[in-house]
Amino acid sequence: MKLAIRSAGQWLNPLLFFVIVVTLFPLGIGPGPNMLATIAPGVLWVSALLAMMLSLDALFANDFRDGTLEQMVLSGHPLTVMVMGKVMAHWVTSGLPLVLLSPLLGLMMQLPEGAYGILIVSLLLGTLSLSFIGAIGAALIVSLNQGGVLLSLLVLPLTVPVLIFGSGAVAGAGMGLETSAHLSLLFAIVFLSVSLAPLAIAGALRVGVAAGR
Amino acid sequence: MYRLAGRLAPWFGGLCLLSLAVGLYLGLVVAPADYEQGDSYRIIYIHVPAAWMSMFTYVVMATSSAIFLIWRLKIADVVAEASAPIGAAFTAVALLTGSFWGKPMWGTWWIWDARLTSELLLLFLYLGYMALRGALDTPQGSARAAAILAVVGVVNIPIIHFSVEWWNTLHQPATITKLGKPSMHISMLRPLLLMALAFQLLYFHNLMVRMRTLILSRESRASWVAELNVETGN
Amino acid sequence: MAIHMTEQPVLLSATGMSIWRGEHLLVDELDVCVRAGSIVQIQGSNGSGKTTLLRALIGLAEFDEGEIFWRGEPVRRAQDELHASLIYLGHKAGITAGLTPLENLLSLCPELTSGERGESSARLLVQQVLDELGIGERIDLPSAALSAGQQRRVSLARLRLQSATLWVLDEPLTSLDADGYGWVQAEIQRHVGEGGAVMFTTHQSLSFDPLPVQTLQLAGDQ
Repeated sequence: MKLAIRSAGQWLNPLLFFVIVVTLFPLGIGPGPNMLATIAPGVLWVSALLAMMLSLDALFANDFRDGTLEQMVLSGHPLTVMVMGKVMAHWVTSGLPLVLLSPLLGLMMQLPEGAYGILIVSLLLGTLSLSFIGAIGAALIVSLNQGGVLLSLLVLPLTVPVLIFGSGAVAGAGMGLETSAHLSLLFAIVFLSVSLAPLAIAGALRVGVAAGR
Repeated sequence: MYRLAGRLAPWFGGLCLLSLAVGLYLGLVVAPADYEQGDSYRIIYIHVPAAWMSMFTYVVMATSSAIFLIWRLKIADVVAEASAPIGAAFTAVALLTGSFWGKPMWGTWWIWDARLTSELLLLFLYLGYMALRGALDTPQGSARAAAILAVVGVVNIPIIHFSVEWWNTLHQPATITKLGKPSMHISMLRPLLLMALAFQLLYFHNLMVRMRTLILSRESRASWVAELNVETGN
Repeated sequence: MAIHMTEQPVLLSATGMSIWRGEHLLVDELDVCVRAGSIVQIQGSNGSGKTTLLRALIGLAEFDEGEIFWRGEPVRRAQDELHASLIYLGHKAGITAGLTPLENLLSLCPELTSGERGESSARLLVQQVLDELGIGERIDLPSAALSAGQQRRVSLARLRLQSATLWVLDEPLTSLDADGYGWVQAEIQRHVGEGGAVMFTTHQSLSFDPLPVQTLQLAGDQ
């Protein structure tokens, strides 16, 4: 946690990535406000998802490389609890900045006025579960030197529900529809991933430590 | 286990060929043409069993992975590893035939139909599993990591499927009703079930063959493999 | 081996350990027994599996056959007890580059700040040990600025700061100078004298006169 704040690159890079990817869409598709407003929820959500993936790569890699991870395994304290803290720290430093910046990008993407509140809430819930789901993938490939692409291949299919409910909520809010169903489903996913993912992450980290040298 | 798999493989293979032949005959020759879709509907005799098997195989893979994680039974891991490529092949076949079917039906090769989309995501899960297995170099490590992934995947599949259904009804309410299955005539259903049986047997046949090679390569340093080599004169 | 040694309780033991790596049999049916108050050195050439054996014994690496016991209990049931009474120093120092030596040691040794002891007395203790190791003035610098030998010294400070019965030291002398050798040697002697046990590997020659050193020879690839 201390560490993440101290090294600016860790939280700044995903944020910049998020901004740049969102900027690319109007450039690729054209600046028509109507078109942008239609695709805005999807673009914002997909970009946030990719930015999260980018930041996950380094989640356990440094700890693995310098031996902190094996000391964590040996510490005699429950690994799931430490994992929980680690992933929460990741979310605060990577997920939260994205959420805070998203209204500004929504503005640039001509997002309809009614959707901003839902955008923030859905991203808040969504990035939290993305941190936990993605951490499973990061833990599985921890002993590999370069796992970036593999990480995406493993994790992205698992993140589809989050994407669907998240962007669906924002799009629905933009059209003035009721979105509580989306949000409660998102909430259920958050609950599931926060409670179950640490088990898988801790298991995967143990395997990773045993596989490395 | 190796010998058992060897003994079972030809039986599964033979029965598979038999039911495949009968199923194809009934399906392609005996069954009447659909009055709406003509003869093109016949591709479901490949498509539907393949789609069924793609999910069945993933469940087998995840179940044996869980068994491997809990009881550390090595043979369960062999089953999982052997199943992955077979399952991926079933998924690919289901996707391909689905797209062939889509061309005359919807006039396009690909449609973001809920079932096709789920199937595509399932293919990604299979590919991820195989990629992870290939990337990790120690055998024990890759086995346990892959097993964790398979279990995580099977927890997710219902959620993914549900979310894709939801997404689909939101975006294209029209196509769903069009796809609603009319009740099937028995002369069409019988070959379908036979083909499903054939695919099931095909899976078991493939599984046995792949398990044999996997067991051999994993246990290559065990003494019984050396004895086997002597027996067969290698 | 002196007679009185055999009366000490067995801490870590293993029977029939076999470890394969690919096509190579690294460890073949090895028995290991580490008693309280004993020093065990694992010998073997580069790549003979010393590190792998050490890691397998404490649950950090997979092994193919054999059983491991901690104080007579199968290690699968006693894993947490083993880990709670263990200090392992491996090839990787376990030092996070972005944190200072003090922060690193406090997170590695949580008992320093637990209970009545506060942050300031913990700091005093760490300062004292780091002074002894000759890197006292670096206590608040980022660890990334330390040399390999200095990082090694930071991780060695745990031997003084943590109380653990069993030390497993994999090449503890790497990148240390002669002063460092002397410090490690003295620490091991103190620890064993207090009833602890040490299992280690090294390519340097270390002697702990008058304490006996048990050796385990790994044959290497066969």
